[in-house]
Amino acid sequence: MEGPVAIERGSLMHLTEGVAPLGVAVGGGILALAGVAIGLSRLKDDQVPRAALVAATVFVVTSVVRLPLGISSMHPVLCGLCGLLLGWSAVPVYLVCLLLQALLLQVGGLSTLGVNTVAMGTAAVGVHLFFSRALKRAGDGRIFFLGAAGGFVGVLIALACWGGALVLCGGSFLVLVKAALVPYLVLGIVEALFTGFVVSFLAKLRPDVIA
Amino acid sequence: MSCSTYYAGKTWIHRLDPRPRILLCSVLVFFAMLSWSPGLLTLLFGLSLAAAGFARLPVRALGKRLLRLNLFMLVLCVVFPLTIPGELFLSWGPLSFSKAGLFKAVLITLKANAIVLFFSAWIGTIDLFSLGHALHHLHVPGKLTHIFLFTVRYLDVLHHEYQGLVRAMKVRGFRPRASLHTYRSYGHLVGMLLVRSLERSERVLAAMKCRGFTGTFHPYHHFHFHRRDYLFCGAGVLCTVLLGVLHAAWQVTS
Repeated sequence: MEGPVAIERGSLMHLTEGVAPLGVAVGGGILALAGVAIGLSRLKDDQVPRAALVAATVFVVTSVVRLPLGISSMHPVLCGLCGLLLGWSAVPVYLVCLLLQALLLQVGGLSTLGVNTVAMGTAAVGVHLFFSRALKRAGDGRIFFLGAAGGFVGVLIALACWGGALVLCGGSFLVLVKAALVPYLVLGIVEALFTGFVVSFLAKLRPDVIA
Repeated sequence: MSCSTYYAGKTWIHRLDPRPRILLCSVLVFFAMLSWSPGLLTLLFGLSLAAAGFARLPVRALGKRLLRLNLFMLVLCVVFPLTIPGELFLSWGPLSFSKAGLFKAVLITLKANAIVLFFSAWIGTIDLFSLGHALHHLHVPGKLTHIFLFTVRYLDVLHHEYQGLVRAMKVRGFRPRASLHTYRSYGHLVGMLLVRSLERSERVLAAMKCRGFTGTFHPYHHFHFHRRDYLFCGAGVLCTVLLGVLHAAWQVTS
């Protein structure tokens, strides 16, 4: 969220540079590598341009789209949507997006790239595992609600990973995690509505895109 | 949004081969993350400032980045003294601020600033296409560098498409508000962007197959070491050994 709530843009979603001690950063890096390896093994060569174009879309949308929220506004998270579109391939796509966000927009960090990739990748894969199959079989009436549920669950999983990683960085960060719970809840509700509308739109035009 | 935005320049750092730059940056950041020694962290912070100076990084852009980072560090400087027990340096009503907490927050601030400056000076001065090719030459999997380079290639294109769609909405009287209509409109905008991206990716794949694409990524940008790169590698190895010795000599438990 922008405005009075967030001090640094992205501090509610991604670990900032320098916050993670070496153990957490290396552990996150190893888990991220494992997730990326699985994602790349399930990505056929023919699907690489598709993954890259989705990565570019996610980067542009999470950077420039701002959803109004009272006196503030928020950038969409899209971890749930990314999982529904790409499945396990969302992990290498998120690695690329987070690398570019750190380099071009100075959001997140390069030393915390592994941890942040694990957080967003886990959210994307979790939503894919819980919702993709149901979404492919859903009738028109249920698509919006399944998409919305996917968006909300994605934010919840990202919160759990981000909060867990911060607490591993130091017990003192628990205060920040508790302070972020209400903003995350609001973010989750808006993300749910937004994802529901995107998924409904895609279901009408390109029902084949769900992974 | 410029997809090749980086700290451009013509200093000796910009002219170095990107591969040893990435490796040296990794070593310096590794020691910054590993160490809790005030002496070593101060030395690394000084080195990062020197690197930023040698790379002639733009003061305004870097200043904005560091300001955002240090506002967050300021929050830590309040939270840590409140939550870490120890000898107090300030007591204000029910609130007690410990020296140990403040000390830890200051060390994390030094680490974070050093890491940001190292990345800005050593990696931020590499343009994105060269970075992708350098990563490929450093044996990052071909599919991943392929995704990276394609993403960079199409960032500007998609940003341009997004701006066109937003302009079309605005000329039809769209005004963003905190309402379901706004979220639905943005949802459909993003959906449209995704549909166009997917159709573009299919055209790109067809064009690549027409040109003989068989799944292997062939990098076209290769790097060659010059004398300055060999000297730089030697200096990098010396720096690594020195930092290792200093870390062992000044090691403290966190």
